[in-house]
Amino acid sequence: MAETVLTNPGKTPAQTAGWKGIAADWSSDQRAFKNVSWGKAMMWIFLLSDTFIFSCFLLSYMTARMSTTVPWPNPSEVFALTIGGHHIPLILIAIMTFVLISSSGTMAMAVNFGYRRDRVKTAVLMLVTAALGATFVGMQAFEWTKLITEGVRPWENPWGAPQFGASFFMITGFHGTHVTFGVIFLIAIARKVWRGDFDVARRGFFTSRKGHYEIVEIMGLYWHFVDLVWVFIFAFFYLW
Amino acid sequence: MVDVPYDRIADVPPAEVPEVELYHPKSWWTQYVFSQDAKVIAIQYSLTATAIGLVALVLSWLMRLQLGFPGTFSFIDANQYLQFITMHGMIMVIYLLTALFLGGFGNYLIPLMVGARDMVFPYVNMLSYWVYLLAVLVLASTFFVPGGPTGAGWTLYPPQAILSGTPGQDWGIILMLTSLILFIIGFTMGGLNYVVTVLQARTRGMTLMRMPLTVWGIFTATVMALLAFPALFVASVMMLFDRLLGTSFFMPALVEMGQQLKYGGGSPILFQHLFWFFGHPEVYIVALPAFGIVSDLISTHARKNIFGYRMMVWAIVAIGALSFIVWAHHMYVSGMHPTFGFFFATTTLIIAIPTAIKVYNWVLTLWRGDIHLTVPMLFALGFIITFVNGGLTGLFLGNVVVDVPLSDTMFVVAHFHMVMGVAPIMVVLGAIYHWYPKVTGRMLDDWMGKFHFWVTFLGAYLIFFPMHYLGLQGVPRRYHDLGEAAFITPSVHTLNAFITVVALIVGFAQMVFLFNLVWSYFKGRPSGGNPWRATTLEWQTPETPPGHGNWGKELPVVYRWAYDYSVPGAKEDFIPQNQPPATRAVQGAAT
Repeated sequence: MAETVLTNPGKTPAQTAGWKGIAADWSSDQRAFKNVSWGKAMMWIFLLSDTFIFSCFLLSYMTARMSTTVPWPNPSEVFALTIGGHHIPLILIAIMTFVLISSSGTMAMAVNFGYRRDRVKTAVLMLVTAALGATFVGMQAFEWTKLITEGVRPWENPWGAPQFGASFFMITGFHGTHVTFGVIFLIAIARKVWRGDFDVARRGFFTSRKGHYEIVEIMGLYWHFVDLVWVFIFAFFYLW
Repeated sequence: MVDVPYDRIADVPPAEVPEVELYHPKSWWTQYVFSQDAKVIAIQYSLTATAIGLVALVLSWLMRLQLGFPGTFSFIDANQYLQFITMHGMIMVIYLLTALFLGGFGNYLIPLMVGARDMVFPYVNMLSYWVYLLAVLVLASTFFVPGGPTGAGWTLYPPQAILSGTPGQDWGIILMLTSLILFIIGFTMGGLNYVVTVLQARTRGMTLMRMPLTVWGIFTATVMALLAFPALFVASVMMLFDRLLGTSFFMPALVEMGQQLKYGGGSPILFQHLFWFFGHPEVYIVALPAFGIVSDLISTHARKNIFGYRMMVWAIVAIGALSFIVWAHHMYVSGMHPTFGFFFATTTLIIAIPTAIKVYNWVLTLWRGDIHLTVPMLFALGFIITFVNGGLTGLFLGNVVVDVPLSDTMFVVAHFHMVMGVAPIMVVLGAIYHWYPKVTGRMLDDWMGKFHFWVTFLGAYLIFFPMHYLGLQGVPRRYHDLGEAAFITPSVHTLNAFITVVALIVGFAQMVFLFNLVWSYFKGRPSGGNPWRATTLEWQTPETPPGHGNWGKELPVVYRWAYDYSVPGAKEDFIPQNQPPATRAVQGAAT
């Protein structure tokens, strides 16, 4: 924010239209993205790279699922829970998805209060986000435990193609790791916000750079990305 | 392009971005070891890459000894031979070339060339090097574990890569995959820095279209690496699971020694797709920085502006984009549908167009230039000749019908060594001769340099040119011993012995080069700040070698592109990028 604002923008001449204008704007002085700070640009590019990782994971899983000669276990059955005598398909996954999407909401609110430099509300909302994220990981751990007790292993399962367990543990594990890292960083940044590091420009322990409230927004980018990835995993792994 | 007033080029007016404060080291340790200064990190990267590269060089000698004089060296058995080819390929492509071009040259040149004080996130940049070092150490450790390094070939194709017939099945393959995963994590941290520095941290006046082509090459290669390495990352993770957890991502049902293995239902072809989705861009990750650097070397040492700068930039970007849709030309023999073969052959041949544009532009830059046959220039010329040769055989191999009989022969070995082995190494060497004075303040010895060039260049041709003939004869690659086949004529053995002798001589020349590096550091002729009379910003630093923060109190301001050589009417035959235009004052007075 403070560091991203351009001072002295000077006169704005009539800009070239069309593709030429886009190219000229992009390649113009100093910055390709005018009001984007270094940190935010870096997070966006990292997320682009990470998108490729998740895409490769999902495409590999889809290849395995489409080419297997053994029937693929039915996700609606596998991920069903019996609650109060009712057999409800995908109920846990639905709750998990709801929790994670809600955490995106609280994260967005945290970013909003970060903009207003509202120290307490930002920190609290980030902690709520972290708690929702931790809940998600906890439910995932429950799901893993349930499947493992039912005999699902990376190399076999009682219902069909062995790639089911392999893909499941790999993809949800990789995504869960992302959520876990997110929770850790959320707590770390919430602590800094709470302590007022960004109000007094306290220096970071590792980088010895002054922090900014913008880090809340950058954290938000990561968190929303992890949510978005989950939507794709949900669609391609559970609903297919 | 000479003295275009400042404001007429930039569509959007320049803005003054407040400088982000710089990290200042407090002790010897944080200054030289755990340093956050991109220049120190660059040297750390370069030295580590060179050290592990020397291991790969020695491995190539051992391979050549076995091929040239089969049966003479009893200490090289078939398993070891396979381990040597695997480690040689993997080290050279990833741990040497990628790390040296991006981690070494990228770190040193990007901040200096775009007029920044450092990379945008020096701490992350430092982590990048240490994770890379860890990856190299894990890789090197495979030489000492039981069973030795993996012998699966650098492509690590399953299922053989993790089956017991392949050497290094115990530890070698596990550590190799771990090392790759670490390398990718480390590279991502550095790569993000390079990209953001180029996009967001340029100095005033440094528009993208004023950047030296070196930066364009490294920048595009880094973007490609950030998008291509994920595929290798995923492939490595999945194969690691296949090996350690018994999953069957890549493993079909197999019978080994009469025993049905537990694997089943996986697809080895899936690995090939993932591997080459990384593997083909990887060729250009190595080649694009070389393209960029060689453009600057030619322009500087021929005292002429680069021909067709805009086209050069667009060609780099086009090659980068196209290289993501050609990967399956490495898989023509995998039994793919002919339609796919047709598609990938077409895209492969289309890449020849931007590549040819670049080659023509280099030649046209030389045309009627004031060519100084300095050592960097010699290497740049050597690169063009080698690269054209390797590129032409690429047209052979890009066509399905020609590739199928030539697949897995020495022809392929000759092709990729010419095009992505020798050619980029030529540029690496030329670039070291070119920038060594900036890094150390001393010139490398010229006589040793010329000796090094001629032995390396002629030697490389003598090594790899005959391999084309071997390949056309049908000599297969990756064979420990050719044995008594009818198609192996006596001349094959003669040529193999010849190649081995030359390879050892070329290897010796590299020792001269290493000696030159050390000797010149202490005894070399002092170079001054700008020995080549070059225009780009790194030669205009107040100190040589550049001090902490690169520039003095004020960041440089850029007024022109990087190629104002031999401008008619100018006092000198070069105008530095940060020299204000003469007409500017007049322009200002008029308005």
